[in-house]
Amino acid sequence: MIHAYKNNGYNIILDVNSGSVHVVDELTYEVIPLFEHKSREEVIEALKGRYDIADIKEVLDEVEELKEAGQLYAEDEYRQFVKNFKGRKTVVKAMCLHIAHDCNLACKYCFAEEGEYHGRRALMSLEVGKKALDFLIENSGNRVNLEVDFFGGEPLMNWDVVKELVMYGRSKEREYNKKFRFTLTTNGVLLNDDIMEFANKEMANVVLSLDGRKEVNDAMRPFRNGKGSYDLIVPKFVRFAKMRDELGLSYYVRGTFTRDNLDFSKDVIHYADLGFKHMSIEPVVGSEDEPYSIRQEDIPKIMEEYDALAKEYIKRKKEGRGFNFFHFMIDLEQGPCVAKRLSGCGSGTEYLAVTPWGDFYPCHQFVGDEKFLMGNVYEGIKRTDIQDEFKLCNVYAKPKCSECFARYYCSGGCSANAYKFHGDIKDAYDIGCDMQKKRIECAIMIKAALAEEE
Amino acid sequence: MKHIKTLSKKTLKNTMAKGGCGECQTSCQSACKTSCTVGNQSCENNK
Repeated sequence: MIHAYKNNGYNIILDVNSGSVHVVDELTYEVIPLFEHKSREEVIEALKGRYDIADIKEVLDEVEELKEAGQLYAEDEYRQFVKNFKGRKTVVKAMCLHIAHDCNLACKYCFAEEGEYHGRRALMSLEVGKKALDFLIENSGNRVNLEVDFFGGEPLMNWDVVKELVMYGRSKEREYNKKFRFTLTTNGVLLNDDIMEFANKEMANVVLSLDGRKEVNDAMRPFRNGKGSYDLIVPKFVRFAKMRDELGLSYYVRGTFTRDNLDFSKDVIHYADLGFKHMSIEPVVGSEDEPYSIRQEDIPKIMEEYDALAKEYIKRKKEGRGFNFFHFMIDLEQGPCVAKRLSGCGSGTEYLAVTPWGDFYPCHQFVGDEKFLMGNVYEGIKRTDIQDEFKLCNVYAKPKCSECFARYYCSGGCSANAYKFHGDIKDAYDIGCDMQKKRIECAIMIKAALAEEE
Repeated sequence: MKHIKTLSKKTLKNTMAKGGCGECQTSCQSACKTSCTVGNQSCENNK
């Protein structure tokens, strides 16, 4: 399977099943898709009116060489492999701990409904948190690296429990041969020097929520009294990020864009201008009747924005003042193995969300939907049928993915979004797919542009 | 090659032999939390 596209003056050929990427001239750009289903002679016949026959033959020789090397027209030989991979005994290796179902902001698009997740306000007790970490250790088999995300609501509203849980986790590492990687996701309102110092010692990653330009952020991320949050949080985030840059620690400034800022490339550039080096902006996911939701008709504008962002991204990289945009990062040589690429995100199997009172859900997006309540920290997984359903969910179980070039990069997309829009985790959220495909195309084009420099 | 510049020679098929150790980062633990992106994750064994 071949995915051929043009972007920013580059003719790009992605050989989907091998993952090989080729930048080609005009003639080759025509030859490669034709030669997938036609013979040498038929290709020459089809193109000889417009190109020199000797040139066509020369291109065909090169194409055949790559085919021989497994870098063009590779077959999808992974179906049984992924089935076996997914059929292995389930281990849990990552947890999203809902430390606080409460928030000190009232973001208008919040899927957690200002932190409450369709339920009541609550803070996770230390006891529940410890039980969750015990469950993770006990059910992680021989996996060494365990990931725990302190999530909310706003986790800093229950910071003492976060600190205690980090210490509890660390105290178990040696005995059980585990390594915890903690992540903190925060809106920054309560962030202070002590928290930054602790996080710089213990958190492998921090995710700092900010929507970009002041007017954009403050329209969507106000306090409950309506006042914007930008002025309070930005100076703290800038300082925190600078510290982590100097220490070589991971962080992301992470925003959400909505229908109200379809010119979101300006928000990403705003992050870069504030001095942030690692950032992400995600499309809002909301029901169609919300005024801020992204609709099909917005897609052309969003595609233009990703293109504009990609061009600026290249420009700044070349000028030596580059930044990392999460969705443009792609590692063509050392990226994940094919098992990782095709087996899905792990929700409901190796990844679980834990509510403040200790209930398990397949991931943070399903929290509050009782149909997906899987068990709890005291009794373990009770609904193995839910676990099995998620276990079987991979790109081969998703009809829409079978002909899509992006399946090796999105792993079949977000199950929660598929469920939200189609009521089926094996479906796909189409608008999300359009955007994902565009981001992958841009990411590969950027590699092509930067490779020219080398 | 005259007409083709290859950016990535790695083939995914070769990752079948040693792949699937499961030690790498879960995609939603990075930054997205709403989309599923694995193509930009790195392999734990190449670090």
